[in-house]
Amino acid sequence: MGLLSDPVRRRALARLVLRLNAPLWALPVAWLERTMRSVGLEVYTQSFSRKLPFPDETHERYLVSGTNVYGILRGPRAASTESLVLTVPCSSDSTNSQAVGLLLALAAHFRGQIYWAKDIIFLVTDHDLLGTEAWLEAYHDVNVTGIQSSPLQGRAGAIQAAVALELSSDVITSLDVTVEGLNGQLPNLDLLNLFQTFCQKGGLLCTLQGKLQPQDWTSLDGPLQSLQTLLLMVLRQASGRPHGPHGLFLRYRVEALTLRGINSFRQYKYDLVAVGKALEGMFRKLNHLLERLHQSFFFYLLPALSRFVSIGLYMPAAGFLLLVLGLKALELWMRLHEAGAGPDEARGVPGPSLAAPPVQGVGLTSLVAPLLISQAMGLALYVLPVLGQHVAAQHFPVAEAEAVVLTLLAIYAAGLALPHNTHRVVSTQAPDRGWMALKLVALVYLALQLGCIALTNFSLGFLLAATMVPAAALAEPHGPRPLYAALLVLTSPAATLLGSLFLWRELQEVPLSLAEGWQLFLAALAQGVLEHYSYGALLFPLLALGLYPCWLLFWNVLFWK
Amino acid sequence: MAAAMPLALLVLLLLGPGGWSQAEPPRDTLREELVITPLPSGDVAATFQFRTRWDSELQRERASHYRLFPKALGQLIAKYSLRELHLSFTQGFWRTRYWGSPFLQAPSDTDHYFLRYAVLPREVVCTENLTPWKKLLPCSSKAGLSVLLKADRLFHTSYHSQAVHIRPICRNARCTRVSWELRQTLSVVFDAFVTGQGKKEWSLFRMFSRTLTEPCPLASESRVYVDITSYNQNNEPLEVSPPPTTTYQDVILGSRKTYAVYDLLDTALINSSRSLNLQLKWKRPPESEAPPVPFLHAQRYVSGYGLQKGELSTLLYNTHPYRAFPVLLLDTVPWYLRLYVHTLTITSKGKENKPSYIHYQPAQDRLQPHLLEMLIQLPASSVTKVSIQFERALLKWTEYTPDPNHGFYVSPSVLSALVPSVVAGTPVDWEESPLFSTLFPVSDGSSYFVRLYTEPLLVSLPTPDFSMPYNVICLTCTVVAVCYGSFYNLLTRTFHIEEPSTGGLAKRLANLIRRVRGVPPL
Repeated sequence: MGLLSDPVRRRALARLVLRLNAPLWALPVAWLERTMRSVGLEVYTQSFSRKLPFPDETHERYLVSGTNVYGILRGPRAASTESLVLTVPCSSDSTNSQAVGLLLALAAHFRGQIYWAKDIIFLVTDHDLLGTEAWLEAYHDVNVTGIQSSPLQGRAGAIQAAVALELSSDVITSLDVTVEGLNGQLPNLDLLNLFQTFCQKGGLLCTLQGKLQPQDWTSLDGPLQSLQTLLLMVLRQASGRPHGPHGLFLRYRVEALTLRGINSFRQYKYDLVAVGKALEGMFRKLNHLLERLHQSFFFYLLPALSRFVSIGLYMPAAGFLLLVLGLKALELWMRLHEAGAGPDEARGVPGPSLAAPPVQGVGLTSLVAPLLISQAMGLALYVLPVLGQHVAAQHFPVAEAEAVVLTLLAIYAAGLALPHNTHRVVSTQAPDRGWMALKLVALVYLALQLGCIALTNFSLGFLLAATMVPAAALAEPHGPRPLYAALLVLTSPAATLLGSLFLWRELQEVPLSLAEGWQLFLAALAQGVLEHYSYGALLFPLLALGLYPCWLLFWNVLFWK
Repeated sequence: MAAAMPLALLVLLLLGPGGWSQAEPPRDTLREELVITPLPSGDVAATFQFRTRWDSELQRERASHYRLFPKALGQLIAKYSLRELHLSFTQGFWRTRYWGSPFLQAPSDTDHYFLRYAVLPREVVCTENLTPWKKLLPCSSKAGLSVLLKADRLFHTSYHSQAVHIRPICRNARCTRVSWELRQTLSVVFDAFVTGQGKKEWSLFRMFSRTLTEPCPLASESRVYVDITSYNQNNEPLEVSPPPTTTYQDVILGSRKTYAVYDLLDTALINSSRSLNLQLKWKRPPESEAPPVPFLHAQRYVSGYGLQKGELSTLLYNTHPYRAFPVLLLDTVPWYLRLYVHTLTITSKGKENKPSYIHYQPAQDRLQPHLLEMLIQLPASSVTKVSIQFERALLKWTEYTPDPNHGFYVSPSVLSALVPSVVAGTPVDWEESPLFSTLFPVSDGSSYFVRLYTEPLLVSLPTPDFSMPYNVICLTCTVVAVCYGSFYNLLTRTFHIEEPSTGGLAKRLANLIRRVRGVPPL
């Protein structure tokens, strides 16, 4: 401990470990190529390299370079217009060699069959998701995240569906299925139904979010358990992370899911033949598809594998929450009108957001300053941590990754001092109308943002709406201010993230202590920023550029003088 | 079941004025030939050719008696003044990079002025296409090489292409008189892993589940050629049994090849064993040799994501170490992909490559596709990328196919090139040399002609939710039935207050009395 208490030494050691780790583990590219070729596939490799914006301490990587290996089984009945993908991610920290073995065995078996009407791509990616992202971008010949990779030599038409496989141990007692993808995108429900059918057929034990399927729906246990599963799914979807390699496929409209073989030390164990049979069944079914999967739902929540909540059922909930904001805005609008003296002020103002200044004195000008300052704060939150990491690391005894997280938190907290700064700028002639107009703008802004988020990523929209809406509706410079302030701080985006982490671990039945929770929170912040840069996850810019400035506006309203 | 089978159906029609000559007793001959080529990947390609030549001026004189030439095709030529016809049905895709240049290609002597060209990538090929094709053969599938044409084996292959080529050929040097030539070709590639159960040993029986028993009595020539060329110094990678009596050497596709020849008309060959079952055996596993990559191969794909825009990219590989050569690229793109021609970029080795000739015919909505043709010089050992951006158009809702979520096909682009040869070829004698060597007309000996087709593409277009009209109809019907019906009923019904009937005699009497008394009536 004494060695590592010195931050400079600790940083040096961390760098050494990072550098040493890189050559210690590498994908056995030549062996994979040879093996795939010997089973009769067309084999290609793709090398890629990526410099992350700052060192990733969770996965211990910074300058990443690797090689993906993939083999294409050419379907004899087709001219390479369509394909299916079976992908296995490999990285230094997870041992996924069982899955590679299963992939090769499946490839050898599939090669001897004559019924393939679609090409099948067997993909082994290096550095798990980074490799998948590099391969997908090269396959579609686009560059979304700035990764450098060699162009692909072999292609197989439009990818129709993909299955990712992760086996963490050689003994498997259950298969866990993951559907949540990048930015909360979900695959077509039919793909999940297909998997579930083959689980039942093969007698495999399948779990969702690591939870067993409830059997008894008559007592209270079944619904309670499915509620837990549902909440876990909401939290996972809201995080916007790709929870497995399948998450990256969804951007290219490739229906995909990840299967994880889990050893939970139960009595019944499955050998790989059972898993292989389920996979073979899925691929044969997908091979027979005439069209892309489109018949079923793309928006759903899953309380259990065999049950889902459709968009028509859950969307009204979010709608009613947003209605609160709308009604509150309407009320403020009417109060502003009552407060405004003459009837001539009531003449048509085009939109509700421009509708703030019906009163002379509190024109748009008084709103410009807080709006601009809070947006600038958001921009600083988005840009500065990554931009200034080296400066911070030089001047303070922290590593780059820590510097980014701490700068994030510092800027976030600095935003709380904003009201004192803005008041110097704002000349408040009519203080009451001033905060009302500001709150009106903020309410409409929040409602619009949450509405848009709920449409694309329902879980995130709902989670944010459920936390932010009450505090936002209540915030005003009168009444029990400390209470409002506490409420507002507790429902700010960062606090929601912290709370979600605790809830998440609570639902997984691995409760966190406070210190652990804080560490996890810091790691989650770093991961959020990294995932934005490496996969194009939108949660970080959304919070930094959209919701945080909006939340600052309410904070401003609360401390209006 | 058959719907996943893709096909390239290709029609090349040349229409033009008919030929002329004076009468002479028509003479027809049939030559049949099978070439077996072990491919670098360990698979085996078999190419059948049946060539009927008829010394008859079909378009001048009304031929009424058909002997070997199929009457159906003869009448077609006579009636429509056909100059040339090339029709092919293909399942699968010729993998040029692994299998080498295709053996059978469309002929080089086409005149684009009269050309009609069409491709149907959506159609499927199956046995019902093979049966009428076999019926055109003089011996049908009763004798000769055509006994091997067993449908269930031919379609369990990784590539299957059958074609009919009709064209006139000159009978003398000044071409004053023409004969008609019908070539029926069929090429298949047997998969080492599926058909051969992983073993790379082949025999006629293993491939076709038949053996050769007798020649077609109508054929003047019936031969089997087996490619026994060795690619490196160690002689004979292949062992062929029974040992061939003669071999044949020629320059095919720019390199020197050796073929073992089996003549079915040679009675000793068949009589010794009552049947001929050719066997091929690799002496060493073929993967130890690096597969020779052909000088020209290509790849085509759609890049980008989302349903608004995209990019068509074609990669052209010139693997020749020091010679550059030109390629003519012909693209036909359906109108619903709106090409942005200003985005057309051609890059080789990181530099812009200006094509020496571009012909572009813009599409007209619902009438004609885009036609883009260009002549590109491919630098030595380079990859040239030709890319053009497009926007996906919205179709009218009746224009979608029954399976719109499958996607829409874009036909393959056609590459024609004069590829430099390793060995100088010599002009072939058309009547004497084997049929397959006449497929590659050599012009100057230093290069040979190759025509390649890239893979067809599948592009998804923005598709409306087709269940919506149904939902709308259901909803509308309900609304009409419940609301409109009752409203209409309410509006058109005339309401009037029913006067109570004037009553009986008693009431009238009472009213009369009341009037007398001056009281209002009941």
